[in-house]
Amino acid sequence: MLEIAIWLSETKWSIALLESLYMYPWIESAHVLSICFFIGILLFVDLRLMGVAFTKLPISEMNKKVLPWSLFGFGLMMLTGFLLFYAIPVRSYQNIFFRFKVILILFAGLNAFLFHRQMKLEGMNWDEGKSIPKSVHLKAAASLVLWSGVIISGRMIAYNWFDCDRQPQPEWVNWAAGCIVDLNQMGGLDGI
Amino acid sequence: MESERLFNFFDQLEQSFIGEAIRNSIWMFPVIEAFHLIGLAILGGSILVGDLRLLGLLLSTKPINYVISQTTLILKLGLIILVSTGIPLFLSEAIKCYYSRAFWIKMSALLIGLVFLFFIRNPMGLSAVEGNTKLKLIGFISISVWAIVAGSGRWIGFS
Repeated sequence: MLEIAIWLSETKWSIALLESLYMYPWIESAHVLSICFFIGILLFVDLRLMGVAFTKLPISEMNKKVLPWSLFGFGLMMLTGFLLFYAIPVRSYQNIFFRFKVILILFAGLNAFLFHRQMKLEGMNWDEGKSIPKSVHLKAAASLVLWSGVIISGRMIAYNWFDCDRQPQPEWVNWAAGCIVDLNQMGGLDGI
Repeated sequence: MESERLFNFFDQLEQSFIGEAIRNSIWMFPVIEAFHLIGLAILGGSILVGDLRLLGLLLSTKPINYVISQTTLILKLGLIILVSTGIPLFLSEAIKCYYSRAFWIKMSALLIGLVFLFFIRNPMGLSAVEGNTKLKLIGFISISVWAIVAGSGRWIGFS
């Protein structure tokens, strides 16, 4: 994986993106603004599932009419997110917050998969006014908590507190970030 | 003369207890900033759902007033989170904001956006059932103004 990141970082477009004065901030702004489309609109789908907003609309209608806008935001998010990663691949790959964010996204994806599978099986009952099962409320709440975590950890990627080139770090940090620390070199530098 | 008084005022804000505390901490600014982004998601989503309805692009068979009424409470929640995190962020770097063009663009757009939201967009949206050209225009103006607020807000950090 590290080799792939290093290889990406040496490609022409990666260097161009990183060094560009305007492209990087514009992509970053688009990435941040797509939060509104993706997570902001998903918020209302989840609130519907929790019975907080749009309770007069059938859940199936929220999923057909509102969720696609959220998925449009997700696509924008992934596209701009990939470009941001592509501009700074090695540092991102070895960034503890980036790794945590990816794990949270995987959990959120699993949660969404479980919800849609459940909806396929028993969703028709929810529209007929029967009460929505607690497990659906729980999945909607989990979605909001996980995506909030993604926003928070995503914001933290900008900080280099735990970067590999800032040693010494606690052992667990180097392990979690996948840092390759040359102790001999460090000893030389610190005169140990 | 005016601008000197304004600068001194911003300088005092920067020296405030809260501004000082945030500057002296490594993690406070990033954490407040992260919650500012969560507020952005909440406000942005509420604005988008309402404005896309006004534009006739989302839930277009449902009454406009229903969609607007269902998003207003969450919109206010997002606004409260944004303002209560935005003020400490501002206090920690008031002088930088004073010299930042993006900051002044954002504040101007924010003022316009809030006035437009509470005096035009919401009152009209809450009394409308079906869409028309005028309501589409209102949705378009609203979405544009808030995009400027969010976009120039991000740009404060680049300057």
